Amino acid sequence: MDIFDFSDGREGYYGEYGGVFLPEILHATIEELLVCFRECKADPKFWQEYVSLLQNYSGRPTPVTYLENLSRELGGAQIYVKRDDLNHTGSHKVNNVMGQGLLTQRLGKKRVIAETGAGQHGFATATMAAKFGFDCKIYMGAVDVARQRPNVFWMENLGAEVIAVEDGQKTLKDAVNECMRDWVTNMADTHYILGTACGPHPFPEMVSWFQSIIGMEAREQILAQTGRLPNRVYACVGGGSNAMGLFQGFFDEPNIELIGCEAGGEGVGSYMHSARLAYDDASVGVAQGYKTYFLQNDQGNMNETHSVAAGLDYIGVNPIFSYLHDQGKVRFEAATDAEVKETLKLTMRTEGLIPALESTHGFVVALKEAATMAKDEIVLVNMSGRGDKDIFTIADALDDAKWKSFIEGKADQYRAEKK
Amino acid sequence: MGLETFIAERKQHKDLLVMAHVVCGYPSFEANMQELEIMDEAGVDLVELQFPFSEPSADGPLFVRANEQSLKAGTTVDQCFEFMAQASKRFSFKVLMMGYYNTVFKMGEDVFVERLKAAGGVGYILPDLPIEESDNLHKLSAEEGVEPVILMTPTSSDKRLAQLGAASRGMVYAVARKGVTGSKTSMDDDVISLISRCREHTNVPIGVGFGISSKADMDFLRGSADLAIVGTAALKTWEESGADGLKKFFSELMG
Repeated sequence: MDIFDFSDGREGYYGEYGGVFLPEILHATIEELLVCFRECKADPKFWQEYVSLLQNYSGRPTPVTYLENLSRELGGAQIYVKRDDLNHTGSHKVNNVMGQGLLTQRLGKKRVIAETGAGQHGFATATMAAKFGFDCKIYMGAVDVARQRPNVFWMENLGAEVIAVEDGQKTLKDAVNECMRDWVTNMADTHYILGTACGPHPFPEMVSWFQSIIGMEAREQILAQTGRLPNRVYACVGGGSNAMGLFQGFFDEPNIELIGCEAGGEGVGSYMHSARLAYDDASVGVAQGYKTYFLQNDQGNMNETHSVAAGLDYIGVNPIFSYLHDQGKVRFEAATDAEVKETLKLTMRTEGLIPALESTHGFVVALKEAATMAKDEIVLVNMSGRGDKDIFTIADALDDAKWKSFIEGKADQYRAEKK
Repeated sequence: MGLETFIAERKQHKDLLVMAHVVCGYPSFEANMQELEIMDEAGVDLVELQFPFSEPSADGPLFVRANEQSLKAGTTVDQCFEFMAQASKRFSFKVLMMGYYNTVFKMGEDVFVERLKAAGGVGYILPDLPIEESDNLHKLSAEEGVEPVILMTPTSSDKRLAQLGAASRGMVYAVARKGVTGSKTSMDDDVISLISRCREHTNVPIGVGFGISSKADMDFLRGSADLAIVGTAALKTWEESGADGLKKFFSELMG
């Protein structure tokens, strides 16, 4: 299956989803990007350069780890984890960012902008910009700035300017809008490093292409380790880039079930979640440059979304998944905030792994289902990011008294220094 | 009477028409009505009624906040159409819908065109709907006699301007510069050359917008453009100095 073969349909459309819905002023910029991307995709040297950059800079290939203890404890399927948390900057975001960095060089542009939710994409972009010598501005919702200060700290120290976006809900979607506003002004010298497989064409295809390295590696690795392919493959879905990356290694296998795990927040019926496809609250709409399922009201205005994981707290989902969902090719489930906290504790204690809150959503669903599967079955989960960057959120969630007194002590120290 | 005919008629008495803008429901529909009264008295020719949207990504800070506040106050599409119906009955200027495509998509393109027509709107501006996605909506609009306003920009190639020109009806909105609404544009040769490039590709009247705020801007455009489009500057004036300020603003602008 090549979902990126548009010869029988409309360029940039996956079924009825996708497309380009942008102000006319960006038409030439998007055309230029599309031409450049097509050249890169058709050039085997570009891909080689990309892979060797990730090998030498980011530590790829990332391993696949067998969760022996957890598999034994749950007594069901054997659980394997793709370790994209071991990338430089701590998540799969760096794959896309390095790829788009190379592309920015080809475009001859000197400045990059990016939106970020959890801060992982902004962190990766700031890192890439430092390495490649680009000016860099990161837009981040003010709410996210407040809950992800460690990533903001690193972005700023890497030389990026971080803008706290005060409009709307002050989260990821508002950061995307602000990037669009920057881009319509500065497109001549600026490339917009969109962080997920959303937005106008060619971004969904381009980001998926760069992330496909996850699935290519994982397929070989699981075959090498177990001599067979997994029965089910799980990944968390915010915009959907890490899931697209992993799933592409298994699209052509009709017997492998692919499961996208969305943010269930406070659960079904709470309207405080970010589950576009797993719950029934989303409908098809057009915003942020593309057509997909959005969490919106009957007037077409976006609803408030929520997740304990800032990186999943988003109104839309990549258009490819909307299509694959309709086609029944990918199943969507949701994990609630409460489940995420419990599973994170379990994973830390049992396996010594600290998945990001985002990635833990995939673990919740995978572990739940693995327990009901046979011992000779295999599940593969994407650990798309590491959780130590979530230390403030996790410490709050776990209500850790020692952490709180440490922070109080720090605060006292800073206050004393000020005087 | 269609948009193009209306503009042609008005142009018999004036060399430069004015299109103004309000964000429906911001600060309130009562305030909107007062703004429209002032605009009508000043002789404004067309008014864009912006239907608020939660993701106004082509708008600058002032309109972003206006969209947000209006939605927070509970503004609905029904109210916007109702307001449009009142305005189009009461005033001598013509009204257009301005907004984002999702508002249209959610109600259905056919419903949108019918409701626009019923409310007395003569056209619409949807900045995030490119012509590639407009075939059906443009066809429905032609059937009902309402007109899409196509945007032409400084970054549009001649090839692109030709495509845009072929799709243009009613009037063209020439975007004077890159960026979002509300920042100052320096009125110089670039703007004049944009207008003449647009003219090569369309026969409909051309309005120039983005950053128009003064009589000097109007004088500059006179003779080149058919309409001056004034948005942010008017809202800013309303926020800073209310009805009296807005009266003064328009009388200076158009005096």
